[in-house]
Amino acid sequence: MALHFELVTPSKLVRSEDVHMVVVPGAEGEFGVLEGHAPFMSTIRDGAVQVWKTEGSTPETIEVRGGFAEVGENGLTVLAEHVDG
Amino acid sequence: MASLKELKDRIGSVKSTQKITKAKQMVAAAKLRKAQASAEAARPYGERLASVMASLASKVSGDSAPLLLRGTGSDAKHLLVVVNTDKGLCGGLNSNIVKEAKLQAKKLMAEGKDVTFYLVGKKGRAPIKREYPNKIGHHYDTSDVRHIGFAEAEGIAADLIARFEAGEFDIAHLVYPIFQSALVQNPTTVQLLPVPSPETAEESDAAVEYEPDEEEILAELLPRYVKTQLFGALLEREASEQGASMTAMDNATRNAGDLIDKLTIQYNRSRQAAITTELIEIIAGAEAL
Repeated sequence: MALHFELVTPSKLVRSEDVHMVVVPGAEGEFGVLEGHAPFMSTIRDGAVQVWKTEGSTPETIEVRGGFAEVGENGLTVLAEHVDG
Repeated sequence: MASLKELKDRIGSVKSTQKITKAKQMVAAAKLRKAQASAEAARPYGERLASVMASLASKVSGDSAPLLLRGTGSDAKHLLVVVNTDKGLCGGLNSNIVKEAKLQAKKLMAEGKDVTFYLVGKKGRAPIKREYPNKIGHHYDTSDVRHIGFAEAEGIAADLIARFEAGEFDIAHLVYPIFQSALVQNPTTVQLLPVPSPETAEESDAAVEYEPDEEEILAELLPRYVKTQLFGALLEREASEQGASMTAMDNATRNAGDLIDKLTIQYNRSRQAAITTELIEIIAGAEAL
C-alpha cells in the first residue's frame, strides 16, 4: 500500500520512490494524493510539495516552480521546471 | 633545402601544436562523458511531457485549440532556428549543420516561401550570412554561458513564442545535430512551431479529471513543450560538439605525429650530408699536404 511518486525536472529525475502520501500545491488549491487516487491532471503553482514517507511521519517539503502534476494508474508524476532542495 | 636550424625549429613548432591538440582531445573526452550524462538525464522529462501532450492534444482540437497548436493558418513565412556551436575545433560539425540549414532554406524558397534565420551559437553566423546576407533575423548568443542549461532554452523559447504571437513567422523549424557517437552527428530538421500534433497515444479508459480545464492546461503545457525541445537540442549540440571535437583532435594529433616523423628523417639526412661534406673537405685538405 504505497503510492509511486516521481518528481522530474528537465535536468534530471529527482525522485522516484514509493511513499504514503503527497500534497501538491495545485493551481486551484492544494490536493493530497494517496494510493488509488482517480486519474487527475492539474497545473501547479509555485510552492512546496509535501511528501509523507509513511503514515504519521513528518513530511519532507520540496520547493517546486512551474509545472504540473498527473495522477495515473502508475502513481503520481510531478513535472517541474525548477526544484529547490 | 632548408637549413638544419630551420628544420629543428619546424619540428619544435609541430611538437607544440601536437601538445595542444592532444590536450584538447582529452578535455573533449572528459566533457563528452558529462554532456552525454546530462542528455540522458533530461530524457525522462521529455518523454513524460510528450505523452501528456499527446493525450491532451487529442481531446482539444479545432478552433478552441491554442495558437501554438493550431498555427496561424498560413504557411508563407518560415523561420529556421539553426543551432550551431560557439567554439570551433570540432571538425565538420558546424559546416554540416549549415549545409542542412541551407538545404532546407533552398527547398522552402523553391516553393516560394519566405525564409528567415534565427541563429543560436556563433559558428553558423558567418557561413549563413555569406549566402543570405539579409535573411538573418536574430542571433541568440550563448557564447558567454559556461554550462548550457534550461535557462537558455527558456530564453530562446520565450523569444520565439513572442515573435510567433506577433506574427513574425508562421512556421518555425529547428535545425540541430543529433549525437549518435563521437564519429557520427547527424544534422536534422524538425518542426518546432506550431507544435506538430502528436500521433494519438493509446487512450486510457479512465476518465481523467482536469483542473483547471483541458484547454488551460494545454495552453500552459505548449510553451513548456517548446522549451523542452529547445533544451534537448542544446544538450544534443553540446554532446555533438565534444564528440566531434574529440575525433577531430585525435586526427590532428596523429597528423602532427606523422609530420614530426617525416621532418625528423629529413633533419637527420641533412645532418649526415653536412657531416659527410665536412669529412671530405678535411680528407682532401690532408691529402694536399
